This record gives sequence, structure tokens and C-alpha cells, in this order.
Amino acid sequence: MNVLPVGEDALLVEVSSDDEAQALHAELLRRRAEGSLTAREIVPAARTVLLDGLDAPARLAAELTAAHLPPAPPRAGEVVEIPVRYDGPDLADVAGHWGVPELEVARIHGATEFRVAFCGFAPGFGYLTGLPSRYDVPRRATPRTAVPAGSVALAGPYTGVYPRSSPGGWQLIGTTDVVLWDDARVPAALLSPGTRVRFVPEAGS
Amino acid sequence: MTDRALAVVRAGALTTVQDAGRPGHAHLGVPRSGALDRPAADLVNRLVGNPPGAAVLETTLDGCSLRPRSPVTVAVAGAPCRVTVDGRPAAWGAPVRVPAGALLDVGPAVSGVRAYVGLAGGVAVEPVLGSRSTDLLSGLGPPPLTDGTVLPLGRPTGGHARVDVVPQPAPPAELVLRVTLGPRDGWFTPGAVRTFVSRAFSVSSASNRIGLRTEGPALDRARPGELPSEGMVLGAVQVPPDGRPVVFLADHPTTGGYPVIAVVRAADLPAAAQAVPGTPLRFVAVRRRWAARPHLAGRRAPSPAGVHNPRDRYT
Repeated sequence: MNVLPVGEDALLVEVSSDDEAQALHAELLRRRAEGSLTAREIVPAARTVLLDGLDAPARLAAELTAAHLPPAPPRAGEVVEIPVRYDGPDLADVAGHWGVPELEVARIHGATEFRVAFCGFAPGFGYLTGLPSRYDVPRRATPRTAVPAGSVALAGPYTGVYPRSSPGGWQLIGTTDVVLWDDARVPAALLSPGTRVRFVPEAGS
Repeated sequence: MTDRALAVVRAGALTTVQDAGRPGHAHLGVPRSGALDRPAADLVNRLVGNPPGAAVLETTLDGCSLRPRSPVTVAVAGAPCRVTVDGRPAAWGAPVRVPAGALLDVGPAVSGVRAYVGLAGGVAVEPVLGSRSTDLLSGLGPPPLTDGTVLPLGRPTGGHARVDVVPQPAPPAELVLRVTLGPRDGWFTPGAVRTFVSRAFSVSSASNRIGLRTEGPALDRARPGELPSEGMVLGAVQVPPDGRPVVFLADHPTTGGYPVIAVVRAADLPAAAQAVPGTPLRFVAVRRRWAARPHLAGRRAPSPAGVHNPRDRYT
């Protein structure tokens, strides 16, 4: 692990894969829960975990540099099911990238178990991994100025669902009516890092 | 509706409700938000007898006008400005009693950008994730005020101001931001890093609550491309492809893929919130107070002669 100091009270811990980032995130959450780590924010991302609001960054940096990461704990927790109509405007393009018929996109995507690797971009937006790397797709050359809320989209290795209408450059493959973020709900976010997710093709799509 | 409320007569260019923000939710993509000039927000709360973190109003450049429905103690601080009640001059930086139905006018900033209006009892809009702050990036919290908005007020708790008139720092004529280099200074040429910590920049008019944008020399990258998205901190100096550094303020995105060349000291951010567009700006490298790898600490963040502060040393 490569530990980079960030300002006065934060550390950015770099690892070499999504799986390692997941394992590190789980280990840091475990330490915080047991009281051996004080951190205001623990923010996982693609190849890093950011620790912000640390009370003892120097000590933790030394400790993490020398630490051996335990393997990620087995996937636990309920699977969140997200019903999808695979009717997105980029479905044909994605099928082209994948080299499969359009109907196969829904079948492959719907048969995959995903995990929320991290969140960002907007409250409730999760970057979901789970598809084999041969299904990576590029972003659209020209981003859309308005992607509708509930759009199920692909970019790089990730699947995401737009929590609200916003500009976006991901490839849109479908639509869901599930509410990703609701201020009045507890918890407000349907998805958080580590959540297991399955997309369920809706009848007729 | 209760009479503990006030009507917004003139919302101004951008007036928002702000408190201490909603830290602790970055892993859900939720920015921390909160008052940009925290010391000023804390001061107006003390002046009206509120606990710290009560919700205040943050104005931008041209103030706002408010008409309370019941008598309320208010205080205005942050950017210096003219304060009137029904047209009569009232104190800035001190408690002011506003009668029911009277018009409180917070005038345009004489210097600085953001004035803070503290109201006894605090603004009592519904909190989201524990905070009443308006977050302009994510849209969480109440929308920016518009003419005619009616805001509920809480019941005053203390009743007595805990300070009287206090000195406040003047908005900066030159903004000097102390930075510790990294975590991604290695993505820039050595010349670009030298340029960053030695050349003159200025505050761009495109600045907002998300980031302080700069004008000045563009910083050249030593390597192209983007990083995989990584977590971002308050005060991070991110450099987008145009090479112009952006200092992340309270409504900053929680993750990003452009390299962060340095991080501004938290203590210098309130001044950044008050720097008007065109203000000369310098970034000054200082040592981290601690060293992750002691043998590298001095080399990573050289302290230019004349600006080194002994308090910056790790003790």
C-alpha cells in the first residue's frame, strides 16, 4: 500500500486493484467500528481509500505502510434488486461494443451480481462493478446535457443509475423507477459502498 | 404559520441558508457544504446568543432584505456592509433588535464577498442529513432564497449575546494561501510546481461555493490522462486540463479524477471565501506539521525564505 499525505489531517491510501480497495475499505470500517481508528470520512474510490479528519495521521500512515491487508470479507448483506426496462437509447451501441445482439445485453447485465465499489458524482450515485472487463465500454464522445433520473448507464468498468436528471456522458441502456436518493428516507441512499445489487429485467423489456 | 418567521423581501444575487454542513457523508457522494467563512458565521451566532452551528444566512456581494414577523435579534458580520432597519443605520458586527414588521436591509459588501446574517433562534428549515445548509453542487438542503420566501425561525435558546463588539479580519487585499504539496504534485513538471508556489495568480470571477477558480499561469502536466476517481478534501487544489488551479470550497465534489497538486491550510479558507474576483493570489508552500516519511518531508514541501512560520513545524 502506498500512503500519501493529503493536507494536515488526511491520508490517501493507494492500492493496485478494485478488490484491494474493497478489502482496505472493509478493514478501515472494522477498525473505526472497534474504536481503534478515528476518522470523520472514509471514502473508497477506484484504487484508493481516502481517510479525512484523522486525529493521528502520522501514526496511521506509518502503520498502514507496514500493514498487510487481510483479504476482503465474503460478500454479506442483502442484495438490492433494481427492476430495469432495458430500453436505453445507447443499447444498440453497447451491444455493438460487446459484440452481442441487443437482447443479450439485458440478459448478461441482468444475470450479473454487482457491488457498489464507491459513490460520488451526486448523492446516491454508486459506481457498480461486477461485469467482466471484456464488457468495458467508453463514455459517449459527446455527453448529454440532460440524462433522465433513473437512467441505468455504463462507462468503463462501471454501471450506475442517475439519481436525478443531470448532464452525463455514460451509455444509457435502461430505465428504473427505483428512487436512489430520498431526503426523507432513512437511510436516504439506496446504495452505499459495498452494497450488493442485482438488476432485474422487467417483463416486456 | 407561526409568527417566528421572516419574509425575504430582496434575496440578492445569491443568499443561502448555511450551518456547519453535513460532514461524514462523503462516502455517499454528499459534499460537506456549510458556511464558507465559518468564523464569521460562528460570530453572528454568538452575537445573537445562538449555539454554534445554528443556521444563518450567507449573502453574496449585494446583501439581502428581510422582514421579520416578530421582534428578533439579528447580527451581520463577514463582509463589511451598510446595515439599516427601516432605513435607519444600524450596527454591523453587533446585535441589533429588529421590531416585528420592520425592514432589515443588509447592503452590498463594501469589501469582501459574503456577509452573514445571524438570527436569534436560527433559521429553522427542515434539516437534511442533520444540516440545513444549501449545497449548490448536489442540490441538498433548501434552495437559494428568492424574493418572497418565508423562512421559519427557531425559538431563541440563550437570549443573551455572549460577545459584544469584536474585531474581525478585514477581507484580504492580497490572498495568500498556505499549501502543503501533494498528493499528486508528481503529475506536474518540476517547473509547474515552482510556478504554482512562486508566481502571481488572481481570483477568477467564475469562483463559487464549489471552488475558488484562478487566473494566471497554466500548470503543465508531467503526464497526460486522468487518475481513477479518488476522494477529495476541503481545500484541495485540483488542476483541470486547462492548467488553472481550482481550490475546493465547501460544496466541492467528494471524488474527482483531476490531479490535486496541493492542499490549502483550513485556516486560510475563510479568507478565500471573502476574496473578490481580481484579488491578487499567491500559493505559499509550507511544511506539513507532521511527516509521513520524515526524510522526505523537507524536500516535498520546501518553505520559501521569508514565509516560513515556526508554528508550521511539527512539534
